Amino acid sequence: MNNVLFYALVGVGLFSIGLYALIIQAHLLRKILALNVMGSGVFLVLIALAGRSGEAAPDAVPHAMVITGIVVAVSATALALTLMLRLAAATGSAELTEEQ
Amino acid sequence: MPVVFADVPWAVILILLPLAAGMGCFLWPRIARTLASLTIIMIALSVMGLAWQLLESGVYRHTVGGWNAPLGIELYADGLSLFMLAATALVGCGISVYSTAYFKHEDAVRFWPLWLLLLGALNALFLAADIFNLYVTLELMGLAAVVLAALPGNKHALGGAMRYLLAALLGSLAYLLGVALLYHGYGSVDIATLAERVESSPLIWAALGLIAAGLMLKTALFPLHFWLPPAHGNAPAPVSALLSALIVKASFYILLRLWLEIFAPVVDDSIATLLGLLGAAAILWGSVQALRQTRLKLLIAYSTVAQIGYLFLAFPLAIGTGVTAWSAVAYLVLSHALAKSAMFLAAGNLLRFGGHDRIADLDRVVQRLPLTVMAFTLAGVSIMGLPPSGGFIGKWLLLEAALTQGRWDLAAVMILGGMLAAGYIFKVLGHAFTQAPVTHEATVVPASMEWAALLLGLAAILLCFLAVPLLTLLGIGNPFGISELSP
Repeated sequence: MNNVLFYALVGVGLFSIGLYALIIQAHLLRKILALNVMGSGVFLVLIALAGRSGEAAPDAVPHAMVITGIVVAVSATALALTLMLRLAAATGSAELTEEQ
Repeated sequence: MPVVFADVPWAVILILLPLAAGMGCFLWPRIARTLASLTIIMIALSVMGLAWQLLESGVYRHTVGGWNAPLGIELYADGLSLFMLAATALVGCGISVYSTAYFKHEDAVRFWPLWLLLLGALNALFLAADIFNLYVTLELMGLAAVVLAALPGNKHALGGAMRYLLAALLGSLAYLLGVALLYHGYGSVDIATLAERVESSPLIWAALGLIAAGLMLKTALFPLHFWLPPAHGNAPAPVSALLSALIVKASFYILLRLWLEIFAPVVDDSIATLLGLLGAAAILWGSVQALRQTRLKLLIAYSTVAQIGYLFLAFPLAIGTGVTAWSAVAYLVLSHALAKSAMFLAAGNLLRFGGHDRIADLDRVVQRLPLTVMAFTLAGVSIMGLPPSGGFIGKWLLLEAALTQGRWDLAAVMILGGMLAAGYIFKVLGHAFTQAPVTHEATVVPASMEWAALLLGLAAILLCFLAVPLLTLLGIGNPFGISELSP
């Protein structure tokens, strides 16, 4: 197994762990963290696969994608955290219940 | 003069104008309403300009900043993009007229900039020519939509928005992982280049699985629809209309576009059959749930779950009769957008009028708000698929495709879905005509809110008479060409 494949598989592993936590965990902060772990997994896959040619200079396009992806992830996390705080203020709990 | 008009980059205006105007609304909240209204009018005119351009010179391509495909961003418009842009502009006009009366003070300051940003993201999505750009626009649209859904600020709206945000982010990440695999395998994110390079391989199956699962979650296809009713049912009326009419269609558009261009030629029919089965289940489950609801907005939200099912029935049907099934889908998307927005706006009027949306307590509302009930009825005709309406044309084409192929099972589901739709719409109308035990503390509903709903409902009916010119527009650039070639 070469380095590229190893990092790509680690990325897929992170994605799966995040997905598991997103479904299992009830607390919203943990759900938001789980989404961030999933995002990091996807970025790792993109970065790892950029070096597939085995040459000195890796492909730059996936790097540009990851930069864009990070910007999106930061804004999405900020929005999710704000929403969680508002929800906790309105209901007294940072978990989603059936009646909402 | 016409030569000058032909050179105007309408597609670029469609993206830049709402984004710039959205920023303007943030900076100068006092003029937000005027600025937004002017923007919507300009957007409607630009869509007409783009339509004229497409009719004159065929498919439109634009390389942003003069950078070509591998590095730069390309815009692409054919008949299918135009159809979606037109649906967005039409529904957008209706919702904007409604919102000028609906939102007051603080809420208006928050609503207009977000709605314009959402409009810009939607237009950019329908014009994107590469799969990574589609991801970015999908996220832009999703974030703006979540904030709009959370606007009322009560615990139900916040809970619905939170659920929506988690589902939307999960969907986008699955889609992005699929994009990463496609880029790794074929070295491009440009849809046209990918279409030339793809071949059947395990990688394409993995990419299809991730992309389809992500987009199905965002389109709320059964059984991934759990987030839709709370988010759509608790948002402000114009936002519910936007979410149900346009947002779920945007992710469906991406799935349709990628299916047609990239996946359909290289995967076998089992995926299409699976999507069709899920669609059939969505029709039955959504309709039965709609019948069981006691709140009007939740009933309409479950009706959306059911109507989304019809769109997915086309995947198995298109194997044999490509163009008919896909034209049916495009027609259903447009007519459902108009009908469902009319329905949600009408529900908003009833909610404003009586202070509640309990179906059983509607209490002869037809005498007090005749225009609103008429809007609801016209939209209902289209949702049920009765002639004359846009929904009728779409469902007729779909039924024709099913019967040509002898898919009696799918045809039966379509007819059963129509009957169930009649059931839940007449349930509402019945209560609107009869006396309820509790009488209303009535509030005045502004005329523009009633007329906006009515005009959208009328437009859904009028679609019936425009089938030939609309299907001609849809055919520009032959968006369904690949499936036409298959036997």
